Amino acid sequence: MMAHVPGLAWLLAQWSAMPAYLQLLIVKTAEIIGVMLAVVISVALLTYAERKVIGWMQSRHGPNQIRIFGLPILKGVAQPFADVIKLLLKEVLVPSKADKVLFLLAPMIAIVTALTTWAVVPFSPDFVLADVDAGLLYILALTSLGVYGIIIAGWASNSKYAMLGAMRAAAQIVAYEIAMGFALVGVLMASGSLNMTAIVSAQSGSILHWNLLWLFPLMIIYFISGVAETNRAPFDVVEGESEIVAGFHVEYSGATFATVFALPEYANMILIATLTSVFFLGGWLSPFQGLVPADWLLAQSSFLWLFIKILWFLFCYLWIRATFPRYRYDQIMRLGWKVFIPLTIVWILVECGMVALRVGPWAQFG
Amino acid sequence: MTSLRSLTKTLFLVELLQGLAVTFRYLWKPKFTVHYPEEKTPQSVRFRGLHALRRYPNGQERCIACKLCEAVCPALAITIESDVSEDGTRRTTRYDIDLFKCIFCGFCEEACPVDAIVETRIHEYHMENRGENIMSKDKLLAVGDRYDAMITADKTADAPYR
Repeated sequence: MMAHVPGLAWLLAQWSAMPAYLQLLIVKTAEIIGVMLAVVISVALLTYAERKVIGWMQSRHGPNQIRIFGLPILKGVAQPFADVIKLLLKEVLVPSKADKVLFLLAPMIAIVTALTTWAVVPFSPDFVLADVDAGLLYILALTSLGVYGIIIAGWASNSKYAMLGAMRAAAQIVAYEIAMGFALVGVLMASGSLNMTAIVSAQSGSILHWNLLWLFPLMIIYFISGVAETNRAPFDVVEGESEIVAGFHVEYSGATFATVFALPEYANMILIATLTSVFFLGGWLSPFQGLVPADWLLAQSSFLWLFIKILWFLFCYLWIRATFPRYRYDQIMRLGWKVFIPLTIVWILVECGMVALRVGPWAQFG
Repeated sequence: MTSLRSLTKTLFLVELLQGLAVTFRYLWKPKFTVHYPEEKTPQSVRFRGLHALRRYPNGQERCIACKLCEAVCPALAITIESDVSEDGTRRTTRYDIDLFKCIFCGFCEEACPVDAIVETRIHEYHMENRGENIMSKDKLLAVGDRYDAMITADKTADAPYR
């Protein structure tokens, strides 16, 4: 039988003859490429969804012309791909007074940090690229590193608007990183682990065991800080097109524009949506767990549930952008330092009380 | 007390949620967009677009070179030169409208005693070269010939109100 396809038989023989570490390497590489492709395609579709949703909320239609291979279905879906092709074909301009090395390095830093963060995200009960014990720390570290892409882009451009945007990005990220970190301290107290899979598993049981219920204020603060971290409206003073033209990416064009701005920003949006789902909405856990018999399909944990939760938070991102005007810069700082940080500390104290009194998810330790 | 209430409102994001509710309602509302060029908004028969010179049904030019349109034109967009033609009638040798100067006020049409110069409802035209903005007599007559049926129908429909 196999003799008819000698190539396949040969490949299978080669595969089983390989040492285990080589097999692991190949499988992991394939997985990594798969996740990266999935993220990049999600980014493309997210830009389309963004234009559509915001259009609908403004009584418009959004992009509805470009079709996939000219087929008369799903008009407009091919719009992001057309945009990407356009950007990649355009000239990459480097300003003559710019620091060329840093100018071209910045997009790479931005895109590398935006994509490597996905390594520890638990997609389903049995699929995570790297199940490391300090996954949460890894994510905090890399999302903070991502801002270097923006700051270096702003600095290397040698443009005052880019510089202002970069400074704003730095101040904003510092302010909101703290609130974000405190919100995650609450998650740590609830799950007792830095491992992402363990954080999800700690929420299993039923929808009442999710962190959503007991850490609701922290979820709101985490998500809003996430919006601020990704420099999205209403916290998009980093771009602030009405004040500083386009902020940190004002000098970028073509492929560098796509990599310094579009891809990392949207990849980070998806990341924040995923992390909020993982930390507070039980990741891949089914909301019907504990309500219906455990052997029903509805109660099974799967990527599908995580996907639905991610979609919800991404919709919130677009919804918020379509609704609120941009904050003034001092208002952003006030919200970060004087509202979010005290609020998270207060809720952590409340949580300490809950732990001490053994209420909620801590009853099991009683 | 007022400040406490305002603090509670701020803390529970009351007004922000109200705003979100508004945009969420609009998400489902019908859209206003007209899908131009597939769809077009209705147009009046009085629409003042590209100019045309008309002919009588027997093919004779209507224009008698009275130059009333040239005189009335507030933008000085019309230039006319005239001469005696072979059959002894007075005819224009040159009839130019500069579309860049024209403000589409329709005065030329109203001034014309023989309904020769008219403004049609054609508004989707463009120029690709310098000088194409000058509508010469030939071009104006060509427009008139090509859209004769439409122009006649529009003018007939509008006649009772004139």
